[in-house]
Amino acid sequence: MTDVDVIVVGGGPAGSCAAITAARAGLDVVLIERGPFPGSKNMYGGVVYPRILDGLIPNWWEEAPVQRWVTRRSTMLLTPTQALTVDFRSQAWGAPPYNGATAYRPDWDHWLAGHAEAAGAQLITSTVVTGLLRAPSGAVIGVRTDRPDGDLTAKVVIACDGVNSFLAKEAGLYEHTDAKHFTLGVKETLALPKEVIDERFAVRDNHGVDIEILGGTGGVNGGGFLYTNLETLAIGVVLKLTKLGAQKARPEEIIAGLKRHPAIAPLVQDGELKEYSAHVIPEAGLTMMPKMIADGLLVAGDAAALCLAAGIWLEGVNFAMASGMYAGEAAAEAVRAGDLTAVGLAGYQRRLSDTFVLKDHRRLKRAPELVLSDRVQHLYPQMIANVAERMFRVDNPDPKPGLRRILAQERKRAGVRRRDLARDGWIGFRSFG
Amino acid sequence: MSDTARGGMLEPHAWGGLSFQERMATAEFRIHHTPHIVVDGRVCADCSTRECVVACPAALFVPTAEGGIVFNHEQCFECGTCYLVCNREGAITWSYPEGGHGVVFRRT
Repeated sequence: MTDVDVIVVGGGPAGSCAAITAARAGLDVVLIERGPFPGSKNMYGGVVYPRILDGLIPNWWEEAPVQRWVTRRSTMLLTPTQALTVDFRSQAWGAPPYNGATAYRPDWDHWLAGHAEAAGAQLITSTVVTGLLRAPSGAVIGVRTDRPDGDLTAKVVIACDGVNSFLAKEAGLYEHTDAKHFTLGVKETLALPKEVIDERFAVRDNHGVDIEILGGTGGVNGGGFLYTNLETLAIGVVLKLTKLGAQKARPEEIIAGLKRHPAIAPLVQDGELKEYSAHVIPEAGLTMMPKMIADGLLVAGDAAALCLAAGIWLEGVNFAMASGMYAGEAAAEAVRAGDLTAVGLAGYQRRLSDTFVLKDHRRLKRAPELVLSDRVQHLYPQMIANVAERMFRVDNPDPKPGLRRILAQERKRAGVRRRDLARDGWIGFRSFG
Repeated sequence: MSDTARGGMLEPHAWGGLSFQERMATAEFRIHHTPHIVVDGRVCADCSTRECVVACPAALFVPTAEGGIVFNHEQCFECGTCYLVCNREGAITWSYPEGGHGVVFRRT
């Protein structure tokens, strides 16, 4: 006889969604959060794509703690003196069922955990899970916590303990942990009056902007972002861990460099720093993913490296919410069937494989590496920006040179080999095409 | 801590009239007296890369004039960067702070 049916470790988006589906299936569920409230330890750039909640929380948009609905999406390419922006806007994204939204994670995660409690899960905060309880067979049968007499047994443990997942590692589900698969995200939250943000970013009401940036991170491979909240901006950079040390560049210095860029400076000017924050991101997708099922154990969200970092698509919370949901359903299935082994829990794998969670990751398995490669980071932005500059420059009395000639000249000038361009283009086409 | 001990670029930077201390003061930390991360300076003594010094977003790893590293856990984001970039077995012993302690990101 176990203390409870299911222990969910971690009150982030994966954990709360796991607790919601398991509790709604009639199981006795405990949701353990190490911070003083769910979301207190959680940080991201700032955009969530919540459509996966349509089934779980109907009309979620009427109650979700959203800052602004993203109706304008820009992808920006920077060199020290140039900027090329592809800017898309759609009024459709400003009405139900919406698309992306900016939100603060402490608000969002706290809200989702409220739904887990409403479904009947018991939320325990300020409690660290320090390890797994195992049967002689090796099967997971509960967790140890940092509370006095803190052992708690369960039929199934769902580890949603985030990017550092010591539980997945303890269970031997990660073959190895390699720094090259991670990035560091650092962010500044800058306060500005709502009218100033509306004016600078050309939006009204609760509409907002999502700007993804390539090339604003100095010599360190990575990317930048700038998002609008209601009365703050979120500006930050994502940096490849293995390049940070090698380049001897400090994270806050790289953000400062981005904020000084002539295309960014007027947008963030006079913003008062409200919070500086940092978090590690599992960046490598399928390449780094652990096994997600063991006897008595499921792993979801960042703990399973389900974050999608594919350049034009940067998502994580939606993958966490979906995998958590499916883990809770699979746990309920296993408990009902009385088979708590990896075989009994295989419904989790099936659900991940049949949905966007693993379909997107399989399709984009080579994208994270391509996006962070030296050519995409350091050669192509300069080449593309130079092509744009020459396209729009009027060199009279010289006649217009024509795009083909410009392309050929700028490729050579940037030192890009035809063979590399073709290879990267092919990987890009296979991933995004 | 003198500039020379840190050496040029490794110094945490002041930007836009804000010192690094003021930057860190914008985040809330509920400090527990027991360090959740322990750094064994003896293992660090002959490390030449010292990526933790550069990469830690809170600049908690400070090289000493004697060639060691001093670490203070109090303003830690609990991100994991230090143990991931560290290439010295046993240099960093990493765990989470006691429940309810450590960094607390802001709600609106």
